[in-house]
Amino acid sequence: MKYKVNKKGFYGEFGGAWIPEMMYPNIKELRDNYLKILGNNEFNKTFSSLLNDYAGRPSPLYHAKRLSSFYNTNIFLKREDLNHTGAHKINNTIGQILIAQRLGKTRIIAETGAGQHGVATATVCALTGLKCTIYMGKLDIERQKPNVLRMKMLGAEVVPALSGNMTLKDATNEAMRDWINNPIGTYYLIGSAVGPHPYPDLVAKLQSVISREIKWQLKEKTGKIDPDYIIACVGGGSNALGSFYHYLNRKHVKLVAVEAAGKGIDTNESAATTVLGRTGVIHGSKTVLMQNDDGQITEPYSISAGLDYPGIGPFLAYLGKSGRVIFENITDNEALKAAFTLTHLEGIIPALEPSHALALLGKVKFRKNDVIVVTLSGRGDKDMAAYISYLEKQQPDETRI
Amino acid sequence: MNRIDKFFKNKRKDILSIYFTAGYPHLDSTAGIIRKLASAGVDMIEIGIPFSDPLADGPVIQYSNSVALKNGMNLKLLFRQLRGIRKYIDIPLVLMSYCNPILSYGMEKFCRSCNSAGIDGVIIPDLPPELYVKEFKSFFTVHNLINIMMISPQTALNRIREIDKLSTGFIYMVSSSSITGVKKGSLKEQTEYFSKIKKMKLKNPALIGFGISDPESFKHACNFADGAIVGSAFVKVLGQEGENAGTIRKFIRYLRNKINVSNYEKN
Ligand SMILES: Cc1ncc(COP(=O)(O)O)c(C=O)c1O
Repeated sequence: MKYKVNKKGFYGEFGGAWIPEMMYPNIKELRDNYLKILGNNEFNKTFSSLLNDYAGRPSPLYHAKRLSSFYNTNIFLKREDLNHTGAHKINNTIGQILIAQRLGKTRIIAETGAGQHGVATATVCALTGLKCTIYMGKLDIERQKPNVLRMKMLGAEVVPALSGNMTLKDATNEAMRDWINNPIGTYYLIGSAVGPHPYPDLVAKLQSVISREIKWQLKEKTGKIDPDYIIACVGGGSNALGSFYHYLNRKHVKLVAVEAAGKGIDTNESAATTVLGRTGVIHGSKTVLMQNDDGQITEPYSISAGLDYPGIGPFLAYLGKSGRVIFENITDNEALKAAFTLTHLEGIIPALEPSHALALLGKVKFRKNDVIVVTLSGRGDKDMAAYISYLEKQQPDETRI
Repeated sequence: MNRIDKFFKNKRKDILSIYFTAGYPHLDSTAGIIRKLASAGVDMIEIGIPFSDPLADGPVIQYSNSVALKNGMNLKLLFRQLRGIRKYIDIPLVLMSYCNPILSYGMEKFCRSCNSAGIDGVIIPDLPPELYVKEFKSFFTVHNLINIMMISPQTALNRIREIDKLSTGFIYMVSSSSITGVKKGSLKEQTEYFSKIKKMKLKNPALIGFGISDPESFKHACNFADGAIVGSAFVKVLGQEGENAGTIRKFIRYLRNKINVSNYEKN
């Protein structure tokens, strides 16, 4: 494969491990071991049996017929929303918890935005009996209540991050500080394809199960392995990379990553990193990053807590720069509308994050014969408050189509 | 010769280096605090360039960073404030910040500006030695600037040797596994770590930092290393008691245990 991390942990100019010395021993331990573990037979047996029997994989590839005729094309939904815990995040947490066990760790820490990664982490910690501490921005704790309660019921300690905008970036800072303070026996289970090498590579590989399944599922349904488009939303990039991974070298498949534009890219309240950002270093990685002229990281905004991050992972940054992945962005309102469209036509309530990917269907003119895969990265239970408040602001018939 | 190297030729004992954040408590505090610290007799000063996401810092320095940013501090302004400072002081000056604000300013330009401002060394916690050597070392050499590297209690022996080999100036020994301003680990653990490093007889001097906050911890550090760095405790004093010369002098004398400890009893 041409799109691959190099020995030093870089994807072109992006990536690396820009970390304080205090984190070095833990990052080195992971770097020295992750490929060995990922290549180990026992590991792979356990990993795939948990993905199947515990998480419910393979996730269906669903031909959404009413949605297809509404947009006058052919749309398949990769149903990561049907996984245990309701999002793609569980693929990564199952893989990493098995790695943590093999490294002899007894305590897990993680950051979370929407709470999906927090829930998926708390879940695998309950499954394995490991102690669990989740850092979550105070604002996110307020806007994703149901997930906070789930984490608590699963036995995790949820610690509010009180610095900055009190969202995902700040929760990530706190998780890293915890790791500096607790260097022995603790494993940092990062939730997206971000952070210092080897995390971006590790998380992309663990999520690549999504595109591995799309290949045979699409062949079964259409007779062809390759769709014309794969569309996925981007917070840090894990569901997008997982959806694109096995198609990176299949040039005729167009890969589209959808960022959150928030209230609009020229409003100062946006999370469209590739439009508004430039190269910088965040959370141990050189990547594309929203920042001011002085190199201070700026606070992103999106209605969707899972996309509310000022950077993207270095692998995706590289794929964007090299032109292999096309970046688009979608506003809060467009995403909300797309969530209702899917709900009304297919009886599927999506999470706010993949609603950004769905909204692109209404903005790009697809051909009638195009085959489009959209990754439905999560379900909407956690976002009901946002949906209901949107509904209440609409005229009676506006959300119907 | 770099001022830091020259300094350590003459003094290898009880060295006190003080950290504060540029632009805190007020935007134009910087130059005044430097001069007051120097006349209070500190050996070295570390000036923090505020950053929005100081990964290795605890609550006190996080707070001074965010106040300094709100006050409007940035690198360009800091270099302007430092202009002429060398007319007044001769002790080594070190800048401390994270990669992003420096890379945003441009590493080469940063090194050049440091040199013209009379800065002798730089500490960038999230710049690992490998990346420094590969990408930036030549800029530091050209501008006679020292990149100060860190070790922690978890750093492996062979890596400590490697870092010692790559280092000039001094080695920054992080006192325990922690972010700044947090006192952690037992005295016994610390003592073991400190004496292990002392026995290694590194080629570079070493200063101990993080969690050094009072005469006891300062003295303990000085028993094993060339001296210590005090950050959060001084930043706290600036925030609570202000920045006048008397306050600063009193705090430095307190650290050096020359005045009655009870004046500074911790609550
Ligand atoms: C359902 C869902 N989709 C997408 C994301 C964005 O993350 P990533 O870009 O890593 O897939 C999140 C993050 O919390 C999420 O919960």
